[in-house]
Amino acid sequence: MRIFDPHIHMSSRTTNDYEAMYRAGVRALVEPSFWVGQPRTSVGTFVDYFDSLVGWEPFRAAQYGIAHHCTIGLNPKEANDPRCRGVLEVLPRYLAKDGVVAVGELGYDAMTAEEDEVFAAQLELAAEHELPVLVHTPHRDKEAGTRRSLDVIRESGVPVERVVVDHLNETTVEAVAESGCWMGFSIYPDTKMDEDRMVRLMRQYGVERVLVNSAADWGKSDPLKTSKTAHAMLAAGFEPAAVDRVFWANPVEFYAQSGRLRPETPVTAGDNGATFAGNSIERGSR
Amino acid sequence: MTPHPDPSDLRAALRERADTSGMRWLEEALTRVAQRRSAIGTLFPAAGRECARGTLVEDSEEPRAVPRTWTCEDAVRALLLTALPLEGAELGSEVTALYRYGDAAEKRGVLRGLGLLRADEGLVEAGLPLVRDGLRSNDTSLVAAALSEFGASHLDAPAYRQGVLKCVFLGIPLRDVAGLPERADAELARMLNDYARERSAAGREIPADVWRIVDPPRFHPREEA
Ligand SMILES: [Zn+2]
Repeated sequence: MRIFDPHIHMSSRTTNDYEAMYRAGVRALVEPSFWVGQPRTSVGTFVDYFDSLVGWEPFRAAQYGIAHHCTIGLNPKEANDPRCRGVLEVLPRYLAKDGVVAVGELGYDAMTAEEDEVFAAQLELAAEHELPVLVHTPHRDKEAGTRRSLDVIRESGVPVERVVVDHLNETTVEAVAESGCWMGFSIYPDTKMDEDRMVRLMRQYGVERVLVNSAADWGKSDPLKTSKTAHAMLAAGFEPAAVDRVFWANPVEFYAQSGRLRPETPVTAGDNGATFAGNSIERGSR
Repeated sequence: MTPHPDPSDLRAALRERADTSGMRWLEEALTRVAQRRSAIGTLFPAAGRECARGTLVEDSEEPRAVPRTWTCEDAVRALLLTALPLEGAELGSEVTALYRYGDAAEKRGVLRGLGLLRADEGLVEAGLPLVRDGLRSNDTSLVAAALSEFGASHLDAPAYRQGVLKCVFLGIPLRDVAGLPERADAELARMLNDYARERSAAGREIPADVWRIVDPPRFHPREEA
């Protein structure tokens, strides 16, 4: 079984996770830029973070045979801190990078006026750079936040087929299904969505335009949730082809709209890392 | 000796790899950069997507102009650097910005491309901090690129030795490191000898590359009294 995790924050994970993910079939992933659990207070720390998303982290992933791509953006939580606003000015530099396959995570946290501004500005950047968009829906007041996000997306003029609205559940999926945007689901140990509920939703809504991710990060989360959900699908009677559609073909189709996705080669490793001088890079103690 | 390519070698190698539209993109990009320096900001990251990517030359034991570690993107980026209508400190600051905001592949392109530029005082002053940044990284491709032509020619002896030791440590083949025949000295041999002794004391394998610098009969497995 080959798996593409369309949303996972590997910077917060260990090499053991990479190993376990590879064993479970994960061969490609997208790491969205998001908030790191601790507020950042300057543009410089974002720049270093973006650098690691287009440098160090793809290198690390390649060592475990996994292709790493990322999304770049100013997240809604930190959009509220005026000290971070300058991040918008450095974004175009990063949106030009090979490994960047979408703008994100964007959207709302507390639905403030600042979040509105930053969301709209970045949708404009996405249109300019012809990149897909990853939209995060809020943990609190989720339904209203999802509807408001869909309104903003419609107004932006970014084509709906280039947008995924993520972290959906039973109460928010309907509106997104109708909008024409892609539907993203994060399978978490306790919150958001679990494997069996996910299987029920796919029975109801089908597997078209559906992206299922682990969204694993520094909090309580599980990088193998993609594989566990895939097995739950099989156990519930879904055909292997449907499972492959959800866990490979769909994320490939969505992110390939960037024109930069290379899911078969560990990114940068194809250029240097793993094939570097024909040498395995796993050896040597660092 | 590690080969040392010039722009015509890189062009020739690229012609073997890139298709017609890729080569056309390259020629146009070079013209645009020559006319306006700021054009390089968007062309530099696009090198792989627009021109060609992957291995530039086949691996071979034969001596040749282009080192086997160069990728097509590296060659495109190096050529773009040579097209900049700048020199000295001005060229240095442009190159520094490309490195600062570059992804791993762009940083590598800068480190390799520096060797094709005229190394006057201004450029060396700007380029050396980039080489040191590359050497501090744990990304093997950056460490290796830092020890290509420019780094090998301009690093001081202690930094060059530390770089070579790091290569052995990370498993980067020394045949891909520039400058060794001229710069490998007794102190480097001493450092590698110590490293080999530490490995052997821990019951671990000694990387074969150590013997490129350390003469096996002179290897001391134990500290001498
Ligand atoms: Zn996330």
